[in-house]
Amino acid sequence: MNHINTDVRSHTISVLVDNESGVLARVIGLFSGRGYNIESLTVAEVDPREALSRITLVTSGTPMVIEQIKAQLGRLVPVRKVHDLTVEGPHVSRELALVKVVGTGEKRVEALRIADIFRANVVDSSNESFVFEIVGKTDKLDAFIKLMEPLGLIDIARTGVAAIARGTDPI
Amino acid sequence: MAQEHMTGAQIVLKALVDQGVDVIFGYPGGAVLPIYDELFQQNHIKHVLVRHEQAAVHAAEGYARSTGKVGVVLVTSGPGATNAVTGLTDALMDSIPLVCLTGQVPTHLIGNDAFQEADTTGITRQCTKHNYLVKSPNDLARTMHEGFYVARTGRPGPVVIDLPKDVLMTKGEYLPPAKVKHRSYKPQVKADTSRVQEAIALLAKAKKPIIYAGGGVINSGPAACQLLTSFARTTGFPVTLTLMGLGAYPASDKQYLGMLGMHGTYEANWAMHDCDVMLCVGARFDDRVTGLVSAFAPNAKKIHIDIDPSSINKNVAVDVAVVGDVAHVLEDMMKLWKSSQAKPDPKALDAWWKQIDKWRSIDCLKFENSDTIIKPQYAIQRLYELTKDRETFITTEVGQHQMWAAQHYRFDKPNQWMTSGGLGTMGYGLPSAVGVQMAHPGALVVDISGEASFMMNMQEIATAVQYRLPIKIFILNNQYMGMVRQWQELLHGSRYSESYSEALPDFVKLAEAFGAVGIRVDKPDALDDSIREMIAVDRPVLMDVRVDQNENCYPMIPSGKPHNQMLLGPSAEGEEAIADEGKVLV
Repeated sequence: MNHINTDVRSHTISVLVDNESGVLARVIGLFSGRGYNIESLTVAEVDPREALSRITLVTSGTPMVIEQIKAQLGRLVPVRKVHDLTVEGPHVSRELALVKVVGTGEKRVEALRIADIFRANVVDSSNESFVFEIVGKTDKLDAFIKLMEPLGLIDIARTGVAAIARGTDPI
Repeated sequence: MAQEHMTGAQIVLKALVDQGVDVIFGYPGGAVLPIYDELFQQNHIKHVLVRHEQAAVHAAEGYARSTGKVGVVLVTSGPGATNAVTGLTDALMDSIPLVCLTGQVPTHLIGNDAFQEADTTGITRQCTKHNYLVKSPNDLARTMHEGFYVARTGRPGPVVIDLPKDVLMTKGEYLPPAKVKHRSYKPQVKADTSRVQEAIALLAKAKKPIIYAGGGVINSGPAACQLLTSFARTTGFPVTLTLMGLGAYPASDKQYLGMLGMHGTYEANWAMHDCDVMLCVGARFDDRVTGLVSAFAPNAKKIHIDIDPSSINKNVAVDVAVVGDVAHVLEDMMKLWKSSQAKPDPKALDAWWKQIDKWRSIDCLKFENSDTIIKPQYAIQRLYELTKDRETFITTEVGQHQMWAAQHYRFDKPNQWMTSGGLGTMGYGLPSAVGVQMAHPGALVVDISGEASFMMNMQEIATAVQYRLPIKIFILNNQYMGMVRQWQELLHGSRYSESYSEALPDFVKLAEAFGAVGIRVDKPDALDDSIREMIAVDRPVLMDVRVDQNENCYPMIPSGKPHNQMLLGPSAEGEEAIADEGKVLV
């Protein structure tokens, strides 16, 4: 009790929930009501037969706060499982972004060249614009977006992080 | 398979009967008329018509807290549901099992801002353990049974079931409770054996142990209270209780140190501060209990038994966390204590008790009595002496009178004490007494009240009169919001901003206007006779006890201070007792 760890760290938490009405509102309300951060949140149904959805959220806090977040999530009636992927072992996480860049001439060529380096796909183009699709870890997307800023970046849509544990076991 | 088909309203009634419900508290309105029509045509369930929906919830809380059963509320859509919100929040904070049925506009009108429409599931999401909107009569029976299951299991709490009017009027299939199983919610009841072993190992080595128990013991049931008592007696450890835990351990027992926390006893708080091993049983390290968290029991190894994992390490980091139901855990601990022949150092324990007796000798609850004016503490003491030999249930409102009641009324059994602990809801006690009296028709039910709290839900006297519930409202009338005034005295230079009650009604005439009995007493020597008269009258009684206006509630841990810096009385007062950082706390 004398040495409480107060380091704030980012954690990726995976939550398996019954896909029923209001479940996302419960999770979000929990975070806003108790003053926790949500850095990113994604949700989609993953098992239609069992009607299960997976919520992946990235949050930050001290170890005590993260423990609380997990316990509070676990207390919600429709929540089946809560796993802190950051502490439970290796996991992969990916995010997708759609990035719209508007420009002509050399800037347009440069944008295309950088997109190639980042393995981003062009999913829409006009004479003066591209929409790039890029998939990767959050920091890769951040780096790509930063490079696009001086090249005519005007719009971004990001999905937030989806993550899953490595290896053979499900959560 | 041929299933019974009936209307939604009939399904609701059948589900209530199958869940063993005998009383519900409610108020009709357009959206719930189909249920009221079914209620009219049956004899299994008694309905108590309250005068405000908030009171329906508090009445159900009183019923639930005094019986251990789920309390049931029935209110209409819109304002019916929003009026219930305070009660639901109260029940959530104090872990009281409730099912609250709310009417809703028909499904095709939801979202259209229809008359008396409110987003009930949205509004109550944060003040319920769980809530449901039922969209088809075929889901109704399952939802009702699931709602009762969720409300009473694990850490109990309120559940709202929102019922659109068309769902109540169309036919659907009924399922009995046995056919309904929740697909994901299964609270952990039995604890990990290794955690129990760690707890016993710590306790066996304790030199200055303390057991700190709360409302979770009462929620776990009479068996848990019995086990707590036998565990304490076997180990010889001292016991202190939280406000919500009063009655979980007999107050008359010599190992009992009284309530702890902000207005707890000197001995309980000092023992908490100085202990070396703390066993927390079904309590949650609430800020009224801990005082300054960074100086809370600084030298103690802490063991925490709780059915709710989110209570553990929330406010105070503990060394051993035992997740499980109190009765199950204590049973395991008792067995292991005996089989391992644990025996803490008798010399150390003896020295610890000597120290505790020294703290006790301060006699922190003493007060200067008077021959001319009734001291509020004296009024509670006399009430206790004159009611202790009969079956008595006490409810309270919130404020000074509540703390004096907690300090001076002594409970030897669980479920006799109903108070709003977590939320601190003024206006809780009177409707709660209505619920208690419904559950215990022959018992004496007293709402210890203040004049300000009483007026927040005083319309419920009409309910008591209608159902001939002989509840007693024992008002400690000091013409102030006493606890507000006390804090203004301690923290704000005695500037009594808006805490004086300028225009109080004549409570005797008020009682008579409602058809109840009014008694006024302002002399100490007339108090006993007045209390006897109050008990003897077989009708609702409003008793106006005129008490000393200036009395403050002591002892007190000032905000932002640790347990060992209690104020014992007025002589210790002064603004310097509370530092600036303490003043921002509530």
